[in-house]
Amino acid sequence: MADVKKVATRVSYGEALVELGAEHDNFVVLDADLAAATQTGKFKAAYPDRFYDVGIAEQNLMGVAAGIASTGHVAFASTFAMFAAGRAFEQVRNSIGYPHLNVKIGATHAGISVGEDGATHQCNEDIALMRTIPGMTVIVPSDDTEAKAAVRAAYAMEGPVYMRFGRLAVPVVNDPENFDFEIGKGIVMREGTDVTIVACGLMVQAALEAAEALAEKGISAEVIDMHTIKPLDEELIVKSASKTGRVVTCEEHSVIGGLGSAVCDVLAAKCPVPVEKLGVNDVFGESGPAVDLLKKYGLDAAGVEAAVEKVLAR
Amino acid sequence: MTDDELRHVANEIRKGVLVGTHAAKSGHPGGSLSAADIFAYLYFEEMNVDPADPRKADRDRFVLSKGHTAPGLYATLAERGFFPKEDLETLRHIGSHLQGHPNMNDTPGIDMSTGSLGQGISTAVGMALAAKHWGDSYRVYTLLGDGEIEEGQVWEAAMFAGNHALDNLVVIVDHNGLQIDGTIEEVNSAMPIADKFRAFKFHVIELADGNDMAQVRAAFEEARAVKGAPVAIVAETVKGKGVSFMENQVGWHGTAPNDEQFEQAMAELAKEA
Repeated sequence: MADVKKVATRVSYGEALVELGAEHDNFVVLDADLAAATQTGKFKAAYPDRFYDVGIAEQNLMGVAAGIASTGHVAFASTFAMFAAGRAFEQVRNSIGYPHLNVKIGATHAGISVGEDGATHQCNEDIALMRTIPGMTVIVPSDDTEAKAAVRAAYAMEGPVYMRFGRLAVPVVNDPENFDFEIGKGIVMREGTDVTIVACGLMVQAALEAAEALAEKGISAEVIDMHTIKPLDEELIVKSASKTGRVVTCEEHSVIGGLGSAVCDVLAAKCPVPVEKLGVNDVFGESGPAVDLLKKYGLDAAGVEAAVEKVLAR
Repeated sequence: MTDDELRHVANEIRKGVLVGTHAAKSGHPGGSLSAADIFAYLYFEEMNVDPADPRKADRDRFVLSKGHTAPGLYATLAERGFFPKEDLETLRHIGSHLQGHPNMNDTPGIDMSTGSLGQGISTAVGMALAAKHWGDSYRVYTLLGDGEIEEGQVWEAAMFAGNHALDNLVVIVDHNGLQIDGTIEEVNSAMPIADKFRAFKFHVIELADGNDMAQVRAAFEEARAVKGAPVAIVAETVKGKGVSFMENQVGWHGTAPNDEQFEQAMAELAKEA
């Protein structure tokens, strides 16, 4: 694994915007004084007259994006997940979600892998917040390939989209030459029969590593990359859970309201089976190197393995 | 239209406000009545709009940032022919296209969904920016309450509009002096309003009587000639204007007239133009 290419999905976002900019001129990119960090600075460098910085004013960021979208164009609005989904939640709900406008929110620095900045900037609540907004599409890409595909798919669809990107460089799991991405369709990364692991974001890689280790113990794990949290691929979840009878969900997000909750909603109604939710357990994060934090909070392959063993023991 | 014709329109709008809020048994007549003359001027004189083609691409845009005064905007749109005046009697009723606060996807002629204070001005700024960016000539108007400007987002939006010299944007503040909990001085004064907008690089027009049609006309004509800066029209108005017992009364911010009050108010307006 040592020579696997690693890319932070925020970088993928910036690069995808530049690629998209070469093909279309009916969109602009907005940021709130974080262009270097969110990587929209790449777009700014390539197309300076199609980039607007609203300054440190996230409420206005979302409102301006909504106004632009109302004129028939597309606006990408970028800041950290904490401020996009947290500080500007009500602007996203009322100015973007309610009128169902074509705003694509690129939220970076999500989850505890923000690292050293600590709890104030580690947003573990954004998936929960965003998926409660009617008509909001919520995408959490796992790697560079998927993140770039997500940006293109978000641009191509009608309506508001929340895209969640990370700060930490993560392995490129998917081959860009051989990759199909469809919003709302999960990807079976590995087939198995004993347990279903549903993951999103950087936890997909952790799940794949865990599945490898579990195989050596004779446990056959199916791994699903559930990049779209909303609309959720209910059919795939039910199909897999019906086969394995055990489910583990993995996300770099609170166990309250995120992917795990969404999966449990589906299973409770359509295929009740034991579920273990792996995520941040209703606590705030803290400062530290991202990889160390992920380990401390159980958001790594070892954590996934433990969750699988727990659900199999039930 | 002449000023007299516009005064007549404003009076019809006031009647529509009362019809709507009376039928709804709720809603916000006070701030709808204070802005009736501005609504009339915008939709019957100032703005390029077409009731037969409410979404035409080159239309001027209007954002009711003080979205709770939807009864005033609905009465204006009905008077202008965007939908039948009878619809006003369905205001706030279940299944009606006339929601308690405006929704652009429900009602013909509404350019933005608003109601949560402070948010409309940002969307208007976005529209004005889009017009500049893609070289469109339409203008954007947004109406705010003087209580609404206590919201911090208003000043985020104003800062951006001023810095980008959005001279296709006109921000109107309906300065009627009252908000829900009392006078704006009692609650948390945002005054001096004109100086604040000047500080944010706006061309400010102080409209001494926003219920006087000749003065309203003069303000918007001045606004149209401004280049290189967004315009703020700070309009001194009377909350509840046109209905004697509602004028300058805090209590009529968000209270509907009962049957008796409705009859009296309509009788007063019937004596007008």
